[in-house]
Amino acid sequence: MSSAAVQSDVVPLMEARSIVKIFGTLRANDGVDLKIMPHEIHALLGENGAGKSTLVKMLYGLLQPNEGELYWQGQPLRLNGPAAARAVGIGMVFQHFSLFENLNVAENVALAMPANVPLRTITEKIAAVSAAYGLPLDPSRPVHTLSVGERQRIEIVRCLMQDPKLIILDEPTSVLTPQEADQLFVTLERIAAEGRSVLYISHRLAEVKRICHTATVLRHGKLVASCDPRKETAASLARMMVGADIKSVRHSADEVRPGPVRFELDHLSLPPADLHAVALKDVSLRVHGGEVVAIAGVAGNGQSELFAALSGEVTVSDSAVVRIDAKAAGMLGVTERRKLGAAFVPEERLGHASAPRLALSQNTLLTGHATAGLVSWGLVNLGKAYEQAMTISKAFDVRKGKPDPEAGSLSGGNLQKFVVGREMLREPGVLIVSQPTWGVDAGASATIRQALVDLSRRGAAVLVISQDLDEIFEIADRIGVIHDGRLSEPEPAKAMTLEKIGLLMGGAGHAH
Amino acid sequence: MYLTQEILLTIIASSTPFLIAAIGELVTERSGVLNLGVEGMMIMGAVIGFASGLITDNAFLGVVGAMLAGMALASLFAFMTLVLAANQVASGLALTILGLGLSELIGTGFVGQKRDAIARLNVSGLSDLPFVGPVLFGQNALVYASVALVGAVWWFLYRTRSGLVLRAVGDDHASAHALGYPVRRIRFAAILFGGACAGLAGAYLSLADTPFWVTGMTAGRGWIALALVVFASWLPGRLLLGAYFFGAIWIGQLHMQAFAADLPRWLVWPGQFWTALPYVATVIVLVIISAGKKRGGAAPASLGLPFLPDR
Amino acid sequence: MRIELQRRAERSRLMLVASPLIAIALTLVSAAIIFALYGKAPVDALYVYFIKPLTSQRTALELIVKATPLILMAIGLSLCYLSNNWNIGAEGQYIFGAMCAGGTALLFQGTTSPFIVALIILAGMLGGALWALIPALLKVKANTNEILTSLMLVYVADKLMDYVIRGPWRDPKGLNFPLTADFDNIIPVIVPHSRIHLGSAFAALVVVITAVLLWRSLKGFEIRVLGQAPRAGLFAGFSPARMTIFVFMVSGALAGLAGAGEAAGTLGQISLPFANGLGFTAIIVAFLGRLNPIGILFAGLLLALSYLGGEAAQISLKVPIGITKVIQGMLLFYVLACDTLILYRLRLVRAEPKAA
Repeated sequence: MSSAAVQSDVVPLMEARSIVKIFGTLRANDGVDLKIMPHEIHALLGENGAGKSTLVKMLYGLLQPNEGELYWQGQPLRLNGPAAARAVGIGMVFQHFSLFENLNVAENVALAMPANVPLRTITEKIAAVSAAYGLPLDPSRPVHTLSVGERQRIEIVRCLMQDPKLIILDEPTSVLTPQEADQLFVTLERIAAEGRSVLYISHRLAEVKRICHTATVLRHGKLVASCDPRKETAASLARMMVGADIKSVRHSADEVRPGPVRFELDHLSLPPADLHAVALKDVSLRVHGGEVVAIAGVAGNGQSELFAALSGEVTVSDSAVVRIDAKAAGMLGVTERRKLGAAFVPEERLGHASAPRLALSQNTLLTGHATAGLVSWGLVNLGKAYEQAMTISKAFDVRKGKPDPEAGSLSGGNLQKFVVGREMLREPGVLIVSQPTWGVDAGASATIRQALVDLSRRGAAVLVISQDLDEIFEIADRIGVIHDGRLSEPEPAKAMTLEKIGLLMGGAGHAH
Repeated sequence: MYLTQEILLTIIASSTPFLIAAIGELVTERSGVLNLGVEGMMIMGAVIGFASGLITDNAFLGVVGAMLAGMALASLFAFMTLVLAANQVASGLALTILGLGLSELIGTGFVGQKRDAIARLNVSGLSDLPFVGPVLFGQNALVYASVALVGAVWWFLYRTRSGLVLRAVGDDHASAHALGYPVRRIRFAAILFGGACAGLAGAYLSLADTPFWVTGMTAGRGWIALALVVFASWLPGRLLLGAYFFGAIWIGQLHMQAFAADLPRWLVWPGQFWTALPYVATVIVLVIISAGKKRGGAAPASLGLPFLPDR
Repeated sequence: MRIELQRRAERSRLMLVASPLIAIALTLVSAAIIFALYGKAPVDALYVYFIKPLTSQRTALELIVKATPLILMAIGLSLCYLSNNWNIGAEGQYIFGAMCAGGTALLFQGTTSPFIVALIILAGMLGGALWALIPALLKVKANTNEILTSLMLVYVADKLMDYVIRGPWRDPKGLNFPLTADFDNIIPVIVPHSRIHLGSAFAALVVVITAVLLWRSLKGFEIRVLGQAPRAGLFAGFSPARMTIFVFMVSGALAGLAGAGEAAGTLGQISLPFANGLGFTAIIVAFLGRLNPIGILFAGLLLALSYLGGEAAQISLKVPIGITKVIQGMLLFYVLACDTLILYRLRLVRAEPKAA
């Protein structure tokens, strides 16, 4: 529980008491308390959907609590917007950046500052701040040329330039390599040493244990615990977050007796499709039946381009470059590849994997129109499509308000289960999935990951592209890393260490 | 010598409405909004401009009336797309259809009437210089205003803070909203500016260019102004060049027909060919510009996308 | 106080049907106001406009004649809009189709035969399809905005017809008026004592086929997905490029058929002015009908009514003919505005109290 006795004579920098926030019928935050002391790096822990983002939005003025109060340096605090929060001395770095691709770094920083500061002054200040905190940035470069890690630096610099007393960071390391994350931690410690406080939102227990002094744990919108993470184990923190021991995925890498090669890429190269795309360079890969191969990598290194080339949304001129069950498939489109027994689940569930305004039964048609026996003589068998949607929902525990709702009305986790289930139920010989559990709660994530492993053990070749290293280590038999459009040779999971993967993610070790 | 000067004068006169309408739409599109209603706003500007100029017997009030008419229609479009989140393409079309119909209705009472055209500048000494005189110093006020307008827009977009914010909104409205900028208010202002310019361009047609009202007198210039913005890659400097290029083609058909007797045989075509030429040229130019571009190029990234902040 | 939009979880079934009706009601109210401004008693004017044409059999049948080209074009346009292809050039495809039909008719002056009539109809459809193919190809091959290209081609088609009717095709016995000779082969009338010809039967058939296509066939699914969620469409293996060509050609063919129907059916000749903005009215019909073939059927009849009513009002009430266009334009505006209600709820919200 909390070490309240120690802090009784020091005024907390930021305090939240009995915060309640309701959205419709959902109690996103239910009586949450939070106390952040000066000089502190404070973790806010919880799994997806626990209420962390909601709480933090209230601390930054983006939302108003339905009940409860906020206190800043002991005085009551009412924020009517982010500008008020910034004026008080609260800064925030979001998970999704608010950057303008076609403007340069200086202009992007200027837009986050009050209007009367001239651009030249800002350019000079950027140079000073980035040097002082170890965040190298070139003010004149347009943002679309920068990597994700560099873009995050702009956000942090934007924050620091307003001299905040409290900096809130939302899942900052989800877009960084392990080495970049280390660099970030150095920056954070420098910030804390100056007297500022940091609120660090994460679900990554190793990091939290490493750098945070205090942790507040949320579960299902309620405050569950407040503790010193350095004194807890990863397992005890996880138990606080989820409420029970997390079921680990049942598999053993020793069981793998890989079958024949079912999916193969042979020196795939693809020029970038537009200004913001990444070229694929000489990518080779073999996935055997019975195994799960994972491709790790930081966002923006060619994952979506690779997925498009694998699925057939983008075709190549040399047919032999892509092989499905030994058949040349490079020039075949998506439908043809599905007919060969392949199935695909893209990263974006709304708008790519599913059409949001169409019903679930119609969405089964999306990938099944040529292979699931739903169409004859050009006419659709609506009844059968409906049945399939029901079967998928039942098998994967998809919770929905009515039997056949529009895809867009489902919650993230449920839609993801539907989209994955839709492909699984066809028992594909090859399954290629991108970001299988992004933004999905622990329960649904466990279901999906187990299903992936089980599918592979039934003889299918499963390829997973993911940015979540925990997930990768949980389910992968072999791991490769993609960086700047190049893929490292996948190695057995046992031989891969976090450090090795981190280096590959950052570009070292790739043949150039 | 005298002939070239005359031709040049007509080119300037022909290009001005294109320039004014297009620069207004450029600002609108830079904020991320595609307003296809330029033709409708322009023709309403023409009819209201003529009507108010005639009734008050004052060209200036006529111009003001025209700009207000353009802005009124623009605010209707702004309400539909910003407040009601209606589809921008369909709303712009609706605006044009309404504008064309309304102008025809209002204009029926004014067909056949005439008033004096807006006076041309006469600077003693300068206006009398051979060749350069009339071309540079003998234009009416609106021509000078059009060039000044382009300069002002350039300076606004690239040298002021507000211009930077406008460009940011057009680049990524979600980010601008996250940073606390009032996206809808900024777009509303940009749309109104576009409307005022379109109305002004219409006023030029009915008050300066040909000082009377004819049903449908814009003849598709508003649509060509839209193409001009694409042709200019949303850059004011290029817009100036593009407008004069198109103005030349537009008026070229008149000259080709007038001088048919002097042309070599292979250039003598039926009149309709020359009147169709500007439209064909627009298509050709659009193709050349678009074919060369890679996706993700010059257009403001959030152009045409509806802005729907969640609460 | 301000208006706030609250997104619904799903599209409102009620509003899918109610929104066009609300839009019509609002238009009638606005029309009444305009009539009042012109010094006419609003109720009488609305009666003359919308009810009177339905009271006599002759004008009621004429309704079908007027609605046929609108319905044909609007159905084609609805397929385009549903798939996110913004074909604005129906007017041009209509004109060019009419020209091809008229040209074919003039070619075979002197002999009459049902085969020639069939040829005329086919020529019209082919002409319209070809004219629509131009912006489609430019979009697919050269990434060119189809709104502007299809629209520019309307002006070009208009000038082309102008040249041809005033020039080589002008009736030498026509006293120098811009019109062709009466065609010897015309599309037969199918309802006696009216001007309703075969084209109307085609229109009815097209409505039924489109309904089946959109809601029961894979092609219809393809159209809807590519329009709503293009990335999902690509993921499904559909090709946006091939869809663009397909819908433009179908739309062009239907517009060309409408043009052939008018030129070689209703009128029996081509005279200038010919199109009068019918292609743009078809856009209104498409939206009023909510891009749905049954809705378009009713919307087409309603707008045809507004044309007839406008002519009647001009004669009996001395109201300028331009009012029809204004009413049609307002209708489109109201339709688009009311469509918002399908996806959103309208809430009046008090401004939030400022912090102390």
